[in-house]
Amino acid sequence: MLAIDVNQLRKQFKVQKNREGLKGAMLDLFKREHTEVTAVKDISFQIPQGEICGYIGENGAGKSTTIKMLTGILVPTSGRILVNGYVPYKEREEFVRGIGVVFGQRSQLWWDIGVIESFRLLRKVYRVDEADFKRRLDELVETLQLQDLLNRPVRKLSLGQRMRCELVAALLHQPSILFLDEPTIGLDIVVKTEIREFLKRLNRDHGTTILLTTHDLQDIEALCSRVIMLDDGRIIYDGGLEELKERWGKGREVQFQFTDPISLDAVSSLTSGLDVRWTKENEVTAKVWIPRELNVSDVLSRVVGSAAEISDIKIFETNTDEIVREIYRTGSPEAKEAVRG
Amino acid sequence: MASAYLDFVRIRFLMMLAYRVNYYSGIVIYAINIGAYYFMWKAIYGSAETLGGFTVEQMTTYIAVSWMARAFYFNNLDREISNEIRDGSVAVQMTRPISYLMVKMMQGFGEGLFRLLLFMVPGMIIVTLIFPVSLPTDPVRWVIFFVMIWFSFLINSQLNIMTGLFAFYVENNEGLMRLKRVLIDLLSGVILPMTFFPGWAKAILDWLPFQAITYLPGSVFTGRLNGAEVWNALLVQVVWFAALIVPILLMWRTARKRLFVQGG
Repeated sequence: MLAIDVNQLRKQFKVQKNREGLKGAMLDLFKREHTEVTAVKDISFQIPQGEICGYIGENGAGKSTTIKMLTGILVPTSGRILVNGYVPYKEREEFVRGIGVVFGQRSQLWWDIGVIESFRLLRKVYRVDEADFKRRLDELVETLQLQDLLNRPVRKLSLGQRMRCELVAALLHQPSILFLDEPTIGLDIVVKTEIREFLKRLNRDHGTTILLTTHDLQDIEALCSRVIMLDDGRIIYDGGLEELKERWGKGREVQFQFTDPISLDAVSSLTSGLDVRWTKENEVTAKVWIPRELNVSDVLSRVVGSAAEISDIKIFETNTDEIVREIYRTGSPEAKEAVRG
Repeated sequence: MASAYLDFVRIRFLMMLAYRVNYYSGIVIYAINIGAYYFMWKAIYGSAETLGGFTVEQMTTYIAVSWMARAFYFNNLDREISNEIRDGSVAVQMTRPISYLMVKMMQGFGEGLFRLLLFMVPGMIIVTLIFPVSLPTDPVRWVIFFVMIWFSFLINSQLNIMTGLFAFYVENNEGLMRLKRVLIDLLSGVILPMTFFPGWAKAILDWLPFQAITYLPGSVFTGRLNGAEVWNALLVQVVWFAALIVPILLMWRTARKRLFVQGG
């Protein structure tokens, strides 16, 4: 069964235009001008139950808007959404019982009361049975090590502590889908790793479907079997992470450090006949770019086998960060067509 | 479900209790207000026996009662709602299987209950000792009064909710919130009983919800309204309460379509 089914989803906002100057301000007073902004442009995707899916894109690409439509907060302008078998914005109160939501930048706990009080209140809000609640809470508190925090007011927690509490708050009612909007934002590497481990375990043990947006691609690499990439409100990639690397990965680079000064011509002649590109870094260092089709060892053997003496060799593999940066930067429509999954 | 809503009342009550300084300063502010109005009215009365159908004693009682009622029905729901809309935290609340507006109402009630028990009751005792206030002895009137200030709370909160929800439509509803506050204090009868308004103004005010907030319960409690008039006053409150539900639901429904949450 599909956990999330989105079809031709679109969201438009009306944004007020502020005209310039005193005259503009006076005109605004009587007649406002609006511009239509389309944040999400007819996107479609399906997520089966039990999948962890990463939802990435630049700031303003429409990630949060999509999440907010999927969680029933925003009403779409057009298109169909079905989450857990519900149309989120229509049967909101019934629907949200089955989902958990964590916004990295907003707290859902009550600021002034103790953490445990917040949890107890959520138990009542979600009408969780007392015994179930206790079992679930014990389990979550154990895995996230919150024992010492339970009686503190939320405002006295550090960001990392708060985030772990937010996760518990979102999971007390055992939702089958968990939405995370930048769950690791601002956290240190230790807490990030803990949260990733926790989410993996949650997915494995309870089969919880997870959709997360993030700017930290390590989140994606650690968790997601699938990524959906958004650019300017459109899906530009939907598929596996490995595939993304393969399609967009631009080969590898090898850096040679020679003992004697070299010239670009000299090093280029070493690999004549191969489709590689040399760049000179400084007097004694040169880099060669090798496309994916070519074997690194072919190039290496030519250079190493030559007369030039080499003091050091480094091989660079393009990482996801670079690939994504490249896609964000170019993002040309042709390329978009090419990668559409 | 109901127990969740009751918990919101309880938690707000405890939160109010936690901020004690607010509490103490609140008592002082109310005492000063009642005192100031008492002396002001005394000066206005001068040697006159009655003004606007009120004797000095009735007026004093009316002022004390209306300020005490105000302690119960007053809340900052408009500000809370508008802040939550503008900073986007309303979004989080909408991911819960609970009605946002009902939660707000309950929080307002928790606040009102706190003020009723910790401002109004001790305040009333102090005021009756200092000023010539005469409270009714008929227990039925007390019961009716509490029913009526419950409706005062409901109607005032409804107006607050509507003002707060305007944040969905305009970028800044600060001015509107201030306007509402002044209007309610002026037109509901806290500052001036309805009978002091000129005939034409009173005719208009009869058709507005403000008088149902302070003037009607105050008049019933001080004995200015009797017999069938009492039930009539209560009926006016009930009708306004019911009537105001409609625009709130309409606003909420259209607002959800306009909801714009910060952050792509």
